[in-house]
Amino acid sequence: MMRSLIVKIGLLLAMPLPLWAHTIIVAPGTKVVTLKQAVNLAKNGDTIRVEKGTYISLNTIVDKELTILGQNQPILDARYQEEVLTITSGHVKLDGFIIQNSKTGSMRDFAGIRLSNVEFVTISNNTLVNNFFGIYLSNCKHIQVLHNHVTGSNNIENSGNGIHLWKCKEVLLNGNYVTRHRDGIYFEFAKKCLIENNFSEKNIRYGLHFMFSDDDTYRQNTFKNNGSGVSVMYTRRIAMLDNTFIENWGSSIYGVLLKEITDARIEGNHFIRNTTGIYMENSDRITVTHNDFISNGWAMRVLASCNKDHFTQNNYKGNSFDVTTNGTLKEIYFNDNYWDKYEGYDLNKDGTGDIPYRPISLYAQIIEQNPQSVMLMRSFIVNLIDKVERAIPSITPESVKDEKPRMKLWKR
Amino acid sequence: MLKIAKYIILDIVRSKVLLAYTLLLLAISLTIFLSDADVTKGLVSITTVILIIVPLVSIVYATTYYFNAAEFTEMLVSQPISRRNILLGKFIGISSSILLAFFIGVCIPVCLFAFSATGITLMISGCLLTLSFISLAFLTSTITRDKAKGIGLALMLWFYFSIIFDGLVLLFLTLFADYPLEKAMIVLTALNPIDLARILILLQLDISALMGYTGALYQQFFGSGIGIVFSLLMQMIWIIVPLFFALKIFKKKDL
Repeated sequence: MMRSLIVKIGLLLAMPLPLWAHTIIVAPGTKVVTLKQAVNLAKNGDTIRVEKGTYISLNTIVDKELTILGQNQPILDARYQEEVLTITSGHVKLDGFIIQNSKTGSMRDFAGIRLSNVEFVTISNNTLVNNFFGIYLSNCKHIQVLHNHVTGSNNIENSGNGIHLWKCKEVLLNGNYVTRHRDGIYFEFAKKCLIENNFSEKNIRYGLHFMFSDDDTYRQNTFKNNGSGVSVMYTRRIAMLDNTFIENWGSSIYGVLLKEITDARIEGNHFIRNTTGIYMENSDRITVTHNDFISNGWAMRVLASCNKDHFTQNNYKGNSFDVTTNGTLKEIYFNDNYWDKYEGYDLNKDGTGDIPYRPISLYAQIIEQNPQSVMLMRSFIVNLIDKVERAIPSITPESVKDEKPRMKLWKR
Repeated sequence: MLKIAKYIILDIVRSKVLLAYTLLLLAISLTIFLSDADVTKGLVSITTVILIIVPLVSIVYATTYYFNAAEFTEMLVSQPISRRNILLGKFIGISSSILLAFFIGVCIPVCLFAFSATGITLMISGCLLTLSFISLAFLTSTITRDKAKGIGLALMLWFYFSIIFDGLVLLFLTLFADYPLEKAMIVLTALNPIDLARILILLQLDISALMGYTGALYQQFFGSGIGIVFSLLMQMIWIIVPLFFALKIFKKKDL
């Protein structure tokens, strides 16, 4: 009985597609010349194939469960008059288009591809050029955004976000490339998402920006040379693993800016040539392990409002300053890190130094009090007072120290 | 004038001190470049070393040489050569031989390992620094008659420019922290040839983005054409003005 029921349900699920599904072909000079016509003609479960060509698409609304495939990258163009495409039905697959020239405006967020209140949609292999917002997801679940190439207008006054998520759940972003937008990837209230293998560079503001987006995982992404680096705020339980933050360089630009983040895991990331590798404010219970901080201005700036953060097994190499702070740090733990400025010794040869390392130098404290004294950087007197302070610490905070500094660079 | 310079160059090049100085610089540059794969970091280390050693050696060696060659000077004065030509000849002779040492010891390794805008800035600032400290050495040598006093004064000057001045600047910054000091800082920088050289090199390196607002202002000023001209001009003033006073004193001096 049970078994036959399963078979019947299986048949019901499997049968409809091959029996009733049609393929509608859109091409210039045929009966169906726009995507809009094709969507009107189609039924749930149909496939629309769009041949190579340029199609004007003034907010084509996809309100049926369709598979829409672009052959040889057809162009959907909104000519700066409307949005290009809005998907309002679940189970849609959109693949292989060039989507360009959405309208810009300050009242509405015009987007290249908008997904609104839908589930199980896949957006893949599209190239988005010159849109106000690139891919805009609002109130969606179970969406996949794969291998899209999103390029904005690089216009400071009139630029939206590359990939924008608002109130979403369980979204997968994989292999996307975003550039020249305001924020490369923007999340607000997007929970339990996975962001992998994306590349975000040269965006006007942040490469990645998220707020109130709990339980997200960021893996193996690269954020390079963005106007303000990466900014993450008001979020719990995120994991940032094996990402690369590189060359986010300039005054008040951060590799990662953490503000009111709790219970985060930051592991295996590379921070290379950023003005500030990690900036932390009001961030509690964060574990920062196995990261490489190389050639940054400030490897880390940990404000006094942070609590119970652990920094272990990181490499700090070639940074102008390892750690700075603005007050008294409490319950911030450093352990087992490699510091290239460490001058201690290891008598028992167990690989860890015998005297603690104090990552906050006196000069870093002076700069903190008086930013203009940066002018004296690398002068003889500064080296001298730093050496004296290291030998006889009196001003630098006693509590911030690595009891077991590693003698050799961690090999990854 | 040039003939005097030629004699002096030939004399100095044969001396062991200059050879030692050349080898020291060469050893430092090569060790740093060969031991560290990161060229930029190497340049930073070289900058730190150069900013201490180059002024020290230039001022002390030039002063010592000046006093050691006092009899030669007396002999020259008895000849029908103007005192201006004698002093300038000496200056050209001493400075070109020390510059030669700097060239071999620093410029060649930098050209080989790190030929970039930063490298060029380092070389030019190093040369100008050498010249300005030789010029200061001439001033101290003409002011005093006594060799020990002269060398003491030279050392004092070096100590002042490389340590005390920055300490005073730090004190000044702390005392007047509440005031906008950006412009004042640019002026203060110009008052010390070592600081000028250091800032010029560091602006090419890591400092620029670290400095926030101050940095932006610095970058805007020293990074611009006017700023570069200004700092080169200031370096020139640090060469010309002490030499000018030295000349003035030397002309009237009873040897």
